[in-house]
Amino acid sequence: MARQNSSSILALPFASVLATFFILPLILVVVVSFWDYTEYSLIPDLILMNYEELFYGCFDWSEGLCTTFATYLSTFKYVFLTWFFTLGIGFGVALYLVFCVRSLKMQIVLFLICTIPFWTSNVIRMISWIPLLGRNGIVNTSLMSMGVIDQPIEWLLYSGFSVTLGFVHLYTLFMVVPIFNSMAKIDRSLIEAAKDSGASAWQIITNIIIPLSRSGIMIGSIFVITIVVGDFITIGVLGGQQIASVGKIIYVEMSYLQFPAAAANAVVLVSITLLMVAAMMRIVNVRKEL
Amino acid sequence: MFSKTQTVWLTIFFGCFVVFLYGPVLSIILLAFQGPEGGLTFPMRGVSLHWFEELWRGLGVVDISRALRRSLLLGVLVMIFTVVLSLCAGLAFRKKFRGSGLLFYLTIASLIIPSIAISLGIALQFRLLDETIKWLGQTLDIQWIVNDFQTSMGLIASGLGTHLTWTLPFGLLIMFAVFNRFNPSYEEAARDLGATPWQTFWGVVFPLIAPALVGVALFGFTLSYDELARSSQALGAVNTLPLELRGLTTTVTNPSIYALGAVTTGVSFLVIGLSLALFWVLRRKTGTGQ
Repeated sequence: MARQNSSSILALPFASVLATFFILPLILVVVVSFWDYTEYSLIPDLILMNYEELFYGCFDWSEGLCTTFATYLSTFKYVFLTWFFTLGIGFGVALYLVFCVRSLKMQIVLFLICTIPFWTSNVIRMISWIPLLGRNGIVNTSLMSMGVIDQPIEWLLYSGFSVTLGFVHLYTLFMVVPIFNSMAKIDRSLIEAAKDSGASAWQIITNIIIPLSRSGIMIGSIFVITIVVGDFITIGVLGGQQIASVGKIIYVEMSYLQFPAAAANAVVLVSITLLMVAAMMRIVNVRKEL
Repeated sequence: MFSKTQTVWLTIFFGCFVVFLYGPVLSIILLAFQGPEGGLTFPMRGVSLHWFEELWRGLGVVDISRALRRSLLLGVLVMIFTVVLSLCAGLAFRKKFRGSGLLFYLTIASLIIPSIAISLGIALQFRLLDETIKWLGQTLDIQWIVNDFQTSMGLIASGLGTHLTWTLPFGLLIMFAVFNRFNPSYEEAARDLGATPWQTFWGVVFPLIAPALVGVALFGFTLSYDELARSSQALGAVNTLPLELRGLTTTVTNPSIYALGAVTTGVSFLVIGLSLALFWVLRRKTGTGQ
């Protein structure tokens, strides 16, 4: 019994930081989403106005898609594209690291090479696409000098393309690490057996490696999806302020001090995110994977 | 499992991924060393330190060196808190305690709830706190509050708390990974030989997990030093380096922003290099670290 107590006391500082700076703020977001507001003050209340305004016109299909649904659609487009590409690339990279690199030392070095950018600034990594993709960037000038195009391609930067590219560039690591982790645990004799029975590399990948790295794929997907769904920075910097996202709407509402409206938006965003994650967690037990 | 040609293709794929990962950042570091006539894109015009001098003189109204000092200070504080709190919580989680399941799910939630919602919550929390303090000051007629009080938001209060919601989950997950692989027979041996729990921890457990703690410290510092999404609304009037940098992307149109990028990336690489070196030294000291 005494031992039990000492355990929980050790976790107490950690738990209280999360309670103060995570749970309490989220509760406030939910509470304030039912408040009223004026240009410069918050008025405690219990009204549904913020939600009504959020979904205004959303269930009247004759008018076309309402702003909120259109924004979610645009957000989910980037979520899906980023998920698709990070999964494909991340899986390929993990496959190479686990099954093509023989020595453990080399594996660690290459793994570190993949990880190091994660510890550097995201904003810098976003900005670094500007000299490559800009109107006079390296891609346009080289394509023009090769005679492939005679005018610079305008959609390379500040477009849906650059936003997707930026996301993939920033977050593929979140796929590589968990997929690598579960692939490394696969029993090699399974693969040897399949090979001896005449399976092709493709058959081994689809029938053995993908099912057995399912949990890594799931954890990576949860990371990538939850990061992109609330993004407002990458979309702001690489989208040239043209592209809508839920995160950006919340951000703009906050800068106009419309906190209750932003809170209602955030409650909807967080609920959708949690529902998606809950669905994905059913497939995998995260704690067993560490 | 792969044939020679398949291995070659996967190697090429991995090589392209590394170029994709590092190419853009290398290009802006290169462009930062341009001559005074240089622009935002290639080709490079001359080689000089001109843009670093420009940066040193300051970019318009923004005080870069103060922002850098703030970021470093916050990074170090977050690092210390992350290491200590994650270590304690990690030790607590070695045994089941009441609420351990809940705390685990909270930790995961802190990682996957969209950052913008947390930033909004903390902004609300401190705004309401400020209003309460001002109201108390007026009703109780406390002079310094009525005359001088502005906000309780700041680097050390809201900034530190916000960053910890992002770094603590990584810290705890690393501790889980460490203790899941930790061989308890060393501790049992120490205990059997009559060591006190305190001696067992400092003499046996701590040296064995020290390399992992360096990893936690690296995550704590770099994630805080580069954090942007959660800080965006949670710092009040002060700005950290990533926040300033994001503002500069829209106002600065010469290579001095690349020079700033080169400097922050330099700081990140220095920290990563030192951590990795320390990691290897500690690992060698404890044998294989098993």
